[in-house]
Amino acid sequence: MVNAWTVGSIVAVVAGVVGFFTVIRGSAFVAHAIPNGSFAGAAGASLIGISTLLGLGVFSLGGALAIGLLGRRGRHDVATALALVMMLALGALFLNFSVEYAPEVYSLLFGEILGISPNELVPTAVLGAVCILATAALYRPLMISSILPEVAEARGISAFRMELAFLAVLALATTMTVPVVGMLLIFSLMIGAPATARSLTDRPPVAMGLSVAVALVIVWASIAASYTTNYPVGFFVGTASAAAYACGRLYSAGGGRRVRAARREARRRAS
Amino acid sequence: MSHLLSPVFAAGFFESEPVRIAAAIGTLVAVVTALVGVFTVMRGQSFAGEAFGDLGTTGGSGALLVGVGPLGGFVAGNVIAAAAMEAVGIQRSRGRDLATGIVLGAGLGLAALFLYLYGSEHSTTGTTVSILFGSIFAVASSTIGPVIGLSAAVVLITVALYRPLLLSSINSEMAAARGIPVRLVGALYLLALALAAALAALTIGTILSTALLVGPAASALRLTRRPLTAVLTAGAIGIGAMWLGILLAYDSYSWPPAKQGWPVSFFVVTIVFLVYLLAGLPEARARRRGARPAPAGERSAPGLEG
Repeated sequence: MVNAWTVGSIVAVVAGVVGFFTVIRGSAFVAHAIPNGSFAGAAGASLIGISTLLGLGVFSLGGALAIGLLGRRGRHDVATALALVMMLALGALFLNFSVEYAPEVYSLLFGEILGISPNELVPTAVLGAVCILATAALYRPLMISSILPEVAEARGISAFRMELAFLAVLALATTMTVPVVGMLLIFSLMIGAPATARSLTDRPPVAMGLSVAVALVIVWASIAASYTTNYPVGFFVGTASAAAYACGRLYSAGGGRRVRAARREARRRAS
Repeated sequence: MSHLLSPVFAAGFFESEPVRIAAAIGTLVAVVTALVGVFTVMRGQSFAGEAFGDLGTTGGSGALLVGVGPLGGFVAGNVIAAAAMEAVGIQRSRGRDLATGIVLGAGLGLAALFLYLYGSEHSTTGTTVSILFGSIFAVASSTIGPVIGLSAAVVLITVALYRPLLLSSINSEMAAARGIPVRLVGALYLLALALAAALAALTIGTILSTALLVGPAASALRLTRRPLTAVLTAGAIGIGAMWLGILLAYDSYSWPPAKQGWPVSFFVVTIVFLVYLLAGLPEARARRRGARPAPAGERSAPGLEG
């Protein structure tokens, strides 16, 4: 049970950090498509008898590369959709030849956080650290390229290279989280938490911190709820992410940010 | 003569009843998805199209749980989801995919719950896999009528909306200035998309639903700027991909490794994918010749290019 909390926390931190960039870049579809398609890699790995995680990783990175390349010339959403269905079609092909694949399927899809073994802890932590470090290294150019693309181009930051780098980090992040939270739901954590944070604040570093905080709350609540009711973790993650987003929207619609900004301004004038 | 053709058309192809049914369903769905798909690509709504396919899982598993037929579940689930996306704000150009993603996440979470509840009495993993990766091509005779009716409804809505939808997809501010109720038109379009994806996902599977909604239309829009030509081209590509895919799947029963046939979805998607790549060649060639500078990859702006 301790494993579940630890691994879940690592997943939440990675989702909060990488998800922040996902949301500001408008890449929600990609965050859904990569883990969805990488599932085919797990099927293929199972077919030829190698590690599922390796299959997930290869297809995640392959999918990310395909999306990046196709999206360079064509419409971005079309590129994502076609790369996704191509991967899924390969998955259908692999599953066609597999005799038995059943037991892992449900947990890969919807998460099996309560059945996590201790020896999954280290790989998850290592991969998580790599994701965070990569994001930290890319932070400035990625921020500029995401928010002010013309400025980035003027400074010589290649939009294409930033896109590929971001996609690679996204692929890595989803690969390490899929076995835990499930392929279908990791993206909802990755967009729900940051989207909530951005409803609460404008400033990027604060938003990223809040994004991690919201993700942690969602994951902890989901683990607890899943443990109590025995319902799948994915159900709680998906609905909690939507609920958090709704709360964030209500807050910003109620003028919360404006009120706080006005109060700050009044305080500054008074001093 | 049949000896010459037999490597291409394996024995019994033209007489096979399942092949005829598959071809009929495939043709119908290819036509409907081509029409809705052109607008989907123009409006940058491929995620919504894909999401409605996945959300069919929620509707379908809900229907399983309650004990009603899948078609009702797929349609009801998608219509509710469309309303939710509309409420969250899918029509804003910023954050459109966020609205789709949030609703999809909640929907898939519900699917997880439904399948879990259903599975406490029945075995679910087979169901899950077949919902997500199956290409069904068999419509229960009780649903043939509703499927055709639904297809007609989608076509009718889209045709009725044609001009205002076209104008608001190309330039929504100009359309609004001309008095077109852009928000309403967008909501009705989303409904048409939800219904199209529901019937496609139910009859040919979620993978092919997305592939046919996006691929042929995107290829067509790469080849022509005229919307009507694009719809017709997309329809032709979709129908062609379906028929060729069905043929190859039939032939593959004698192929290695297991002589059990390769799935239709694999062939159809590969064909659709290759056609999209090929459709990009003319522009790539023009660019290389220096006709115009390379554009940065478009992210979410609406427009007429694929």
